[in-house]
Amino acid sequence: MTLLEAILLTVITASTPLLIAAIGELVAERAGVLNLGVEGMMIMGAAAGIAVAITTGSSAAGVAAAILAGMALAAIFGLLVLGLATNQVAAGLALAIFGLGLSGVVGAPFVGVPRDGIGKIAVPFLSDIPFLGPVLFRQDPFVYASFALVVGVAWFLGRTRAGLVLRACGESAAAAHALGFKVLRIRFLALLFGGACAGLAGAYLSLVLTPFWTSGMTSGRGWIALAIVVFASWLPWRAVAGAYLFGGVTILQLHAQGAGVPVPPQAMAALPYLITILALVLIMRARGGGSAAPAALGTPFVPDR
Amino acid sequence: MRAGEAHALLGENGAGKSTLVKMLYGLLQPDAGEVYWRGAPAALPDPRAARALGIGMVFQHFSLFEAMSVAENVALALDVPEPLPRVAERLAAVSRAYGLPLEPGREIWRLSVGERQRVEIVRCLMQDPRLIILDEPTSVLTPQEAEGLFGTLDRLRTEGRAVLYISHKLEEVRRLCEAATILRGGRVVAACDPRAESAASLARMMVGAEVGAARRAEGGDDAGPVRLSVHALSLPPDEPHGVGLQDVSLELRAGEVLGIAGVAGNGQDALFAALSGERIAPAADRIILDGAAVGREDISARRRRGAAFVPEERLGHAAAPRFRLSENALLAGHATEGFAPAGFIRRSRLLGVVDRVTAAFDVRKGPRDPEARALSGGNLQKFVVGREILRGPRLLVVCQPTWGVDAGAAQVIRQAILDLARGGAAVLVISQDLDELLEITDRVAVIFHGRLSAALPTGWTTREEIGLLMGGATPAEAA
Repeated sequence: MTLLEAILLTVITASTPLLIAAIGELVAERAGVLNLGVEGMMIMGAAAGIAVAITTGSSAAGVAAAILAGMALAAIFGLLVLGLATNQVAAGLALAIFGLGLSGVVGAPFVGVPRDGIGKIAVPFLSDIPFLGPVLFRQDPFVYASFALVVGVAWFLGRTRAGLVLRACGESAAAAHALGFKVLRIRFLALLFGGACAGLAGAYLSLVLTPFWTSGMTSGRGWIALAIVVFASWLPWRAVAGAYLFGGVTILQLHAQGAGVPVPPQAMAALPYLITILALVLIMRARGGGSAAPAALGTPFVPDR
Repeated sequence: MRAGEAHALLGENGAGKSTLVKMLYGLLQPDAGEVYWRGAPAALPDPRAARALGIGMVFQHFSLFEAMSVAENVALALDVPEPLPRVAERLAAVSRAYGLPLEPGREIWRLSVGERQRVEIVRCLMQDPRLIILDEPTSVLTPQEAEGLFGTLDRLRTEGRAVLYISHKLEEVRRLCEAATILRGGRVVAACDPRAESAASLARMMVGAEVGAARRAEGGDDAGPVRLSVHALSLPPDEPHGVGLQDVSLELRAGEVLGIAGVAGNGQDALFAALSGERIAPAADRIILDGAAVGREDISARRRRGAAFVPEERLGHAAAPRFRLSENALLAGHATEGFAPAGFIRRSRLLGVVDRVTAAFDVRKGPRDPEARALSGGNLQKFVVGREILRGPRLLVVCQPTWGVDAGAAQVIRQAILDLARGGAAVLVISQDLDELLEITDRVAVIFHGRLSAALPTGWTTREEIGLLMGGATPAEAA
């Protein structure tokens, strides 16, 4: 395995959880709900995933538990911001903090318990292609799932009527309601999808990337996923670019540190975050200050009945 | 209502017209009573059920999705899903059949107001409705666009479709409808044939009292000295899809009311912002107020020179919704009225202003000093206009003074504007309501795509001429 191959493989593993979480949040935001609690849902997924996987010995059960945990937190958020029309920013921040705290409790018995990661799936024949094969076609199931999600979401939003209705709820809840769509139900389902994706991304962290539990192991990835949605101007394909840009910079700075580049390691570790801020600023400038955000993003809707 | 009938629903603001039609369209549920459709009681739990019965609605505030294409907007309203290319095809067919040209692929934000309404109507027609409800459809159209709409409606009636028509414009109702139901305070107070009534008698039934036209000052035609002059003012648009100003010039004399007509979104916002000082002109001498070049001055400086401003949006621009009326009075008068000497607020003075405006303009409210959002639209409008007029300004710039205000309140406001001008002030009225401009102005200019036409003496012009200018004709074509 060459160094380049190794670097590419680690870039993919670093980018995949970001991509999965971002694509889920993207769907929720296209429906008009801003859920800042991605970090909380993600780490709950990580904690529930490893707890169930160790207890039952089944990785699949762990993944399922992670998804359910993410959805459960999203459901709480949905009840608050949709059912009670509370402020989405405040509720989202609360959800992030709540998730971090609760995951510590759930994960406490499992601190430091080692576990084997999930194996990679080699696509027959294709994985034998020199260089490309091992990089693209000998991956763990999450990587394939992340791309399936991107394709599926892009198709759903752009090509199906249900996707059109979902986008309509994000553009103007009142107008969608006037046409007879159940805005709150649609938004709730979009939130659940976002929660499921965040939970899945969390499972990737605790079951594949570093297969054991430490509290706070998401280390801000949920926040980066939020930034990637803005970076992507709410388009699924661009989320791939955003996630891999961030993942790539993360890995490159590690290699640069290993190669002895004379920059303080703290500064290097901050690089991916700085790049994200820089990219957001440049995108906003290129767009001339306007926003591609769904018009009703973050606006509560209360049907008058 | 019968098949093929055009029926008008009349009433002042808050009479319950919109509530009634929302129930017919399944958006609200009645507490009691039943709706009969073709002889049988109908259940209308949601708009889908209403559409399935054959009830379609064209909304007052367009219920369109700005960032989506015409075809996507139409597809959203179809209850039987169809692939987008098919929708676009059918849409083109319907729009051709009814003479309502539309491009399926264009995004809504690129369309003019008239085109947006066409989208709403076509969207409604795609359902093949038997009853079409239109909520104030002409309030945003030029007279010519409105004529086009009437043609379409006549055509729909000959096909046996019933039309339920809500409007404030009584002449229109008399032209279009053969029956009318009049609501006041949520009750039916009268039913009549509008063709047999006059606009005045219809207004009387709506208000329950006599409504007169604002009376013009006698001999108010002697033009005073030039108070405000704008010279070759250009401003870029302040947002990506907005309209700026191009080479706008005007002159306004003391004692005169000048009207600016135009369809919404043709630069009225930029003009108001430039005159009030919310946006600074490129050079000081572009705007001259009483001989002083004020183009680079901010809004407080212009107020200190005796100017007063009433923006279009009363809730959110003219008044802060969650502030009390007294606090709103402070916001508007902090630079000029001495409400807060040495930085401390003099509440008694503010309450005095609230009381004076309340008395002079008959502002109806519960408590003495409620939050602005607690007032009805018409009463808040009387307050924000009255707040400026009672200062006794030398120049008043007012945008949409009576938009969405009932007939009684509108009359109070128009009379106050005329009285102010008679007292020697210069008044600029920016309005989309042509009838209003013809009633109260001395001269009218038309704004189109950020360009302002020369002002025409109101007595010498006609609705048709102004209507053509509003649609973008050159003065030579319009004359």
